[in-house]
Amino acid sequence: MSAHLLGSVRRMSAMIERYVYLLKGSWPRVVELAYWPTMQIVLWGFLSEYLVHHSTYLAQASGVLLAAVLLWDVMFRGQLGVSVVFFEELYSRNLGHLFASPLRAYELAGALFAISLLRTLIGSGMAALFAFWFYHFPIWRMGFVLVAFFMNLLVMGWSIGLVVAGLVLRYGLGAENLAWAAVFAIAPVSGIYYPISVLPHWLQVVAQALPAAYVFSAMRTLFFHHVIALRPLWEAAMLNVVYLILGLGLFLWTFHNARMHGRLLNLGE
Amino acid sequence: MSGEWAIAVEGLTKRYGPVVAVESLSFTVGCGQVLGLLGGNGAGKTTTLAMLMGLLLPSSGSISVLGEDLLRHRYRVLERINFSSPYVDLPHRLTIYQNLRVYGGLYGVRGIKMRIQQLARDLDLEGLLHRPYGRLSAGQRTRASLAKALINSPQLLLLDEPTASLDPDTADRLRGTLRDYQKASGAAVVLASHNMLEVERLCDDVIMLRQGTLFDRGSPAHLIAKYGRETLEEVFLDMARGRSLL
Repeated sequence: MSAHLLGSVRRMSAMIERYVYLLKGSWPRVVELAYWPTMQIVLWGFLSEYLVHHSTYLAQASGVLLAAVLLWDVMFRGQLGVSVVFFEELYSRNLGHLFASPLRAYELAGALFAISLLRTLIGSGMAALFAFWFYHFPIWRMGFVLVAFFMNLLVMGWSIGLVVAGLVLRYGLGAENLAWAAVFAIAPVSGIYYPISVLPHWLQVVAQALPAAYVFSAMRTLFFHHVIALRPLWEAAMLNVVYLILGLGLFLWTFHNARMHGRLLNLGE
Repeated sequence: MSGEWAIAVEGLTKRYGPVVAVESLSFTVGCGQVLGLLGGNGAGKTTTLAMLMGLLLPSSGSISVLGEDLLRHRYRVLERINFSSPYVDLPHRLTIYQNLRVYGGLYGVRGIKMRIQQLARDLDLEGLLHRPYGRLSAGQRTRASLAKALINSPQLLLLDEPTASLDPDTADRLRGTLRDYQKASGAAVVLASHNMLEVERLCDDVIMLRQGTLFDRGSPAHLIAKYGRETLEEVFLDMARGRSLL
């Protein structure tokens, strides 16, 4: 491993350590990570049980709604794991110290991805365990394809998180509410609970540009036809590569722009 | 630009649209030298420091730090410099120890535990190491920030008002720590301060900034003698208020 790569790994590890300290130092934060996805599961679990007995569509595939809720939460947590954790640096007025150190902006992004994965595993993992315990729904029964669903949605969340972080770097903490709004804005066209064919044609075109739509389509195929649809998963992965590059590009550009305008020292509460 | 200087700045200018923050600033800082940046609010001190760290990109001009062109090879330099400023905090929820560990990792410090213990002794932080930064008093935060600034034993230390909000006793001890570090390490130090006594005590040389331009430069004794004043503070007040100095 080259010295440059070793240095990068060391700096990313230091940032991951910083975010782990933050989690370890506050049990309410850990509880909060699991609280919302678990509450979603409680609500959708009862709805699912009711609909399975009153809907011929859902009777064919019990658990499809719970799987959709759990997977949607992966994307939501993945996005928050990047953007909200980045906000921590602004809340604590720490950006100046970070970027006066040898830390590169892309290394910070790498550390945010790692901590986002950890936070998502905690939050969604607890919700999945709850779904198994309370509704006897073992999402891991999907098998290896669950990893493909999970990673595609997580990476899409990262891309959105980088865009939100970039916008906050550009426009300040006044834009932080975008972190909560961004994912919900694309939820209706992601085909989480219904096929995108129900959307108006122009919205279907929008949906086809979103990796999430392919993942949820593949998930329904698995539940209703017991077939692993690899093609939509590959299409989602290809789109994710494009969006991750665009998200990272925007984040790095706004970082450069912040250096031009002196915002690295001034951004904060 | 030459490797014999810790810093060599030529024609440094920073404009924000029509506003000129720093204009055509040229100066050098020798290795092992302590340079003071003096000037009123808005004179360009913090802007100059930010450009010396690469946190702010200049509109024009060149900056050489520790023999490297900062604008082209910033990351070759950053492991060897550090800074402290009251305008930038450390993460509030992390303890001093945790913060220093994280920054030790970012700067690639070996033997981080021993380095933290050493800094805690030097800066009287031993009893506070496991207290969250957000629960420290202003003076304790300043010392913790200075510990972070010294974590990588920097060859160039940039300090923005290092003793702001410290009581006179603590400020005096902290200046002693800085002086000891500078003498032991041979590091160059650039210090922006409003505390004239501090500048007189610590700095070999002083740059006086007014409205983003270099007004004068010399040792504190030289400037006091040149303008026929009793103290550096009198020289500063005359400059800041635009009074005739000669």
